Amino acid sequence: MTTGWTREQMAARCAMDIPDGAYVNLGIGIPELVAQYVPGGREFIYHTENGLLGMGPPPDEADRDLDLMNAGKKYVTAVPGAAYFHHADSFSMIRGGHLDVCVLGTMQVACNGDLANWSTGEDGAIPAVGGAMDLVQGVKQIFVLTQHTTKAGEPKLVERCTYPLTGRGVVSRIYTDLAVVDITPDGFRLVEPAPGVSYDEIESKTGAPLLPQAAPAG
Amino acid sequence: MIDKTCPSVEQAVADIPDGATVMIGGFGASGSPIELIHALIDHGATGLTVINNNTGNGEVGLAALIGNGQVRKMVCSFPRSSQSKVFPEMYRAGKVELELVPQGTLAERIRAAGAGIPAFYTPTTVGTVLEHGKETRTFDGRTYVMEPWLRADFALIKCEQADPLGNLTYNKTARNFSPIMCMAAATTIVQARQLVQRGAIDPEHVVTPGIFVERVVGVPDPVHEDTLIAAGRSYP
Repeated sequence: MTTGWTREQMAARCAMDIPDGAYVNLGIGIPELVAQYVPGGREFIYHTENGLLGMGPPPDEADRDLDLMNAGKKYVTAVPGAAYFHHADSFSMIRGGHLDVCVLGTMQVACNGDLANWSTGEDGAIPAVGGAMDLVQGVKQIFVLTQHTTKAGEPKLVERCTYPLTGRGVVSRIYTDLAVVDITPDGFRLVEPAPGVSYDEIESKTGAPLLPQAAPAG
Repeated sequence: MIDKTCPSVEQAVADIPDGATVMIGGFGASGSPIELIHALIDHGATGLTVINNNTGNGEVGLAALIGNGQVRKMVCSFPRSSQSKVFPEMYRAGKVELELVPQGTLAERIRAAGAGIPAFYTPTTVGTVLEHGKETRTFDGRTYVMEPWLRADFALIKCEQADPLGNLTYNKTARNFSPIMCMAAATTIVQARQLVQRGAIDPEHVVTPGIFVERVVGVPDPVHEDTLIAAGRSYP
């Protein structure tokens, strides 16, 4: 029985790869947990699309301000040194390449870096894209934080996305409950398995070829 | 002396005609000009095209305007949320149209309209179904899609402070789309929590200069969409 990483451990592992001083946008869901695991000695500045740079943790209920929300419409705080701005400036930060890292959840991610995280494309579904298509085009590095498979056990790491795309070739690295996986010109490459998880297990739950870990340098 | 103040929200929206295109500030509940929206419901203009990031929540504010059958078309980036039921039901029933626009493209189309730029190129939607039908062009080896400006006849805006010239400040993330909507609409109507005297706002702190604003009405104790929903309220 595999255990792999918990959601919290996935978020902590992802946070390890974000450099000190980075401007970071966190997607809704598991990516929000990254903020709780900033490695010691580092500072990240969080951007939220609705016009805040320097987003802090959720307030106590008594202290919440109805005019201070994040892009997921949850109440948040502003850290000392924060700034507010309008939506066109906010997406200038995104599209203009000023943000360093964006961590997103996903439905599918393909071995060429294609991301599908906004719609199942089903008839009758209400399409809702939000800022995802802008984020994947503009932020310097797109990290994906997701369970390795769906609840039904289907791979989320696939050869080609079958859901409508958010962007083509935009993802650089994936953090799952089983492994850290890079997108390379040759496809998925295992960077690091979760403790106790074998290459064979990860490979069997991945919907495209998985290159083994590169040999350590030197 | 120029004085853009208007005595009531009813008078402020009284000339919005059937078929108008109306931008409404706010991102979800924050910054939503509930009193102006409710005045527009009372006023009764129909066949509206409404531009907002979302489609409202519960049965108040924007959701109530849609539910009242006054909106022909919504232009937005995220037309559903955990508390939105009016729009999804009416959309599935074919009673309201949807133009889905990525959030950054929506913001820039509004900004471009206010800036007199009829179109621009963006990488957003390249290689996706939302690129369909759009003109593309390559700059420095990368493909971009052309997006047109998005103009409006009216904008309904909530702000924190306003002076008689229409200079505005906002409160925290309630700012969101409002400053660019003020620029993009032919007639911008603002509800202000505080009406202050000319000169009371430090010119260094003005967020929206008054040139972008036509009418200002004082709403000293504005209701918040989340508070109304939590109280189980509906409008009218």
